[in-house]
Amino acid sequence: MSDPNQGEKDDVRGYVAGYALALALTCAAFAVVRWPSFNRITTLAIVFTLGFAQAIVHFRYFLHITLAKSARDDLWLILFSVLIIVLMVSGSLVILMNLRARMM
Amino acid sequence: MNGAISPTILGRLEWLSLPFVRAWQNPTPDELIGAGAATIVVVGMAGTIALITALGKWRYLWRDWFTSVDHKKIGIMYVVLAFVMMSRAVVEGVLMRMQQATAINAPGIVEPDHFAQLFSTHGSIMIFFMAMPFLTGMINYVMPLQIGSRDVAFPLLNSISLWLTGGAAGLMMVSLVIGQFSTGGWSGYPPYTELEFSPDVGPDYWIWAVTLGSIGSTLSGLNFAVTIYKMRCAGMTMMRMPLFCWTTLCTSILMIFAMPPLTVATAMLALDRYLGFHFFTNDLGGNMMNYANLFWLFGHPEVYILILPAFGVYSEVVSTFSSKELYGYRSMVIATMSIAVMSFTVWLHHFFTMGQSASINAAFGIATMAIGVPTGVKIYDWIWTMFMGQVRFTVPMLYSLAFMMTFVLGGLTGIILAFPPLDYLVHNTLFLVAHFHNMLIPGLLYGMLAGYHYWFPKAFGFRLNEKWGQLAFGCWVVGFYLAFMPLYVLGAAGMARRTAEIFEPAFRPWLYVAGIGALILLAALVALFVQLWVSIREREANRVDAGDPWDGRGLEWSIAGPPPEYNFAVLPTVSGGDPFYTSKRNGDAYLPPERYENIEVPKNSVVGPLLGVFSAATGFALVWHMWWLAILGMLAIIITVIARSFIRDTHRIVSATEVERVDLAWRDKLFASRSISREMETTSANQGFAEVAA
Ligand code: HEM
Ligand SMILES: [Cu+2]
Repeated sequence: MSDPNQGEKDDVRGYVAGYALALALTCAAFAVVRWPSFNRITTLAIVFTLGFAQAIVHFRYFLHITLAKSARDDLWLILFSVLIIVLMVSGSLVILMNLRARMM
Repeated sequence: MNGAISPTILGRLEWLSLPFVRAWQNPTPDELIGAGAATIVVVGMAGTIALITALGKWRYLWRDWFTSVDHKKIGIMYVVLAFVMMSRAVVEGVLMRMQQATAINAPGIVEPDHFAQLFSTHGSIMIFFMAMPFLTGMINYVMPLQIGSRDVAFPLLNSISLWLTGGAAGLMMVSLVIGQFSTGGWSGYPPYTELEFSPDVGPDYWIWAVTLGSIGSTLSGLNFAVTIYKMRCAGMTMMRMPLFCWTTLCTSILMIFAMPPLTVATAMLALDRYLGFHFFTNDLGGNMMNYANLFWLFGHPEVYILILPAFGVYSEVVSTFSSKELYGYRSMVIATMSIAVMSFTVWLHHFFTMGQSASINAAFGIATMAIGVPTGVKIYDWIWTMFMGQVRFTVPMLYSLAFMMTFVLGGLTGIILAFPPLDYLVHNTLFLVAHFHNMLIPGLLYGMLAGYHYWFPKAFGFRLNEKWGQLAFGCWVVGFYLAFMPLYVLGAAGMARRTAEIFEPAFRPWLYVAGIGALILLAALVALFVQLWVSIREREANRVDAGDPWDGRGLEWSIAGPPPEYNFAVLPTVSGGDPFYTSKRNGDAYLPPERYENIEVPKNSVVGPLLGVFSAATGFALVWHMWWLAILGMLAIIITVIARSFIRDTHRIVSATEVERVDLAWRDKLFASRSISREMETTSANQGFAEVAA
């Protein structure tokens, strides 16, 4: 038999790695804004990309969502959530931009 | 007598905040009604406390109910809360109808400001503290039993949701006795609810009550969704779940995604009011359209949160009382899912008239009409379920039939309102008020009442009185048509909603009819309480201990009524839809288990009640600017949560011998019962043991 604490050690290692990645991504996002070295659009794109990577890190290390078969159900749920959020956010943007355009 | 009593301790509380003092100084009918309502709350509370003390029931209530984390008890407490709040809100509705009937070229019985409080509390209570607790309680009680589970996924969280909702409802009641409520309607639109126009405590009461309630509902939604995903018994695949579980799942998903925008909107309004932000103010860059958008991002899914569980109840009821499998189960599931997704694509129809371009209005209008399609599918499925069935007109079935006819009418007026140009004509009139009552009374209230009659024998072990049930049903239906059909006419004729005084004599006859209808609705409420009273008194004659009074189809009927706290002595295994109905036909229902095992159940916890009391106290303190109490309350909340996380010993064991004893005792009763045919199910011969035709 292998070490009974092996599972726990793997867990801890996963969380530490996840924490380090999450922290690095957060700091990077703040850094590009604090010390601007790109133009606005590029900066914005970088922040969005970092945010997206952050979400993936959270899913992978903290919520244990992988592409493995056993996690398929969870993956479906995530896709569904993304659909709803896209509907809500894009709808809100369309409505409010339209209102803004008609006010100006 | 003017000015704050003690600003450091009591914040902005004044003597004149108390309706008794106001009525004493200025005894107009309006103030007397206010003081009367406050008196009812105070006397009701004092009476309840005195009664419990006299009966020596405090220990029992605390141990067996308040601190319980059993999903069945939590469910029942939710429904009790819903009935209490319903009583207040119905009375307010009737009072408004009386006001409008008497205020034709006359001041009527209440002042405009008081009238505004009436529609604001009536709307907020009906939605957040009647409908939401009712359906949450119903789901809590029934869904875990139907999927063959011992509890929900997070029992303690469930208790916390209950007590947050209870604390919020408490704030609503306190606002009757101390201070006044918002006059901004159930939707609390800024800038009217901003400090500039409503500097009083009213909107603050609304903000904190709704915020607490919405957090409780979000947590409930998460809890139910996880329960359905993770806690189904062996063999219970998704497509074998009773339809009520499917509607629960969709409602939970809607709660998870739709409640947060509301919490955010009320929190932002609070920031405006408390910390001088300018999210929704008229000046300094505020924009109230952000509020309207957020509120209806919640508000439209909310109406499906309210209606879907009732659809689930109707599916169960129609199938059971027709002794037929639900027609088109798969189409029902798809329709429910489509409604859930589509409900996130239509919210703009609540503010067609607030400035978007015509093409955006058109897009949302078409999406709105499209929702009628899956809903129509459901109506046809229910009709086909009844077709050639052995239909029995029990009270739940009567509600289902009344629903099908009335809801279709409401749906039609909904399609009318979905045309933006028509909406421009009748928005903000009584036409809209008629429309949404026409959806919510059949689509929510009748559904919950049908479920209440249907599952009551499961929860308490005896049937409710049929005669009083039929009388209440008759009053709810006749009252509804009389009270709300005239409003379509009045609305089309241009009478604005939320009007305290009317200057058009031609409206008089319609307002009188609506007033009579409202009184009949009040009678319906009274009949429900009488029915409960009568049923409790004659319970011995109507016992259904064996647990299956209606020849039920789902797992919830395969156990005793009321079920033991662990629900199933041995967790069931199913091999198809309608598992209990089928196994009765196959002769393998009620097979004694081979052996009994120890069962682990969660221990009671004081965390729920504590968090409810602390958060209500914090809300109250924030309303009155009693900062010391607000800080204390928030600290208490945080400390309670942290302290709970150190408690390791959270479960106890029900021993196998105890499980066996209870199960065998039930089986003795079961086999001593006489099995009855469906013709006799509403008579005393019904002991909860269904005769199965060979
Ligand atoms: C049972 C009898 C009921 C009566 C007599 C009644 C009566 C009324 C009246 C008179 C109004 C004010 C209309 C106006 O603005 O002029 C109103 C508003 C409203 N009612 Fe009811 N109602 C009843 C049941 C319900 C139910 C079951 C619900 C929801 C579940 C509900 C939800 C609302 C809402 C949301 C409003 C709008 C409040 C606002 O303007 O902000 N009502 N009702
Ligand atoms: Cu809507």
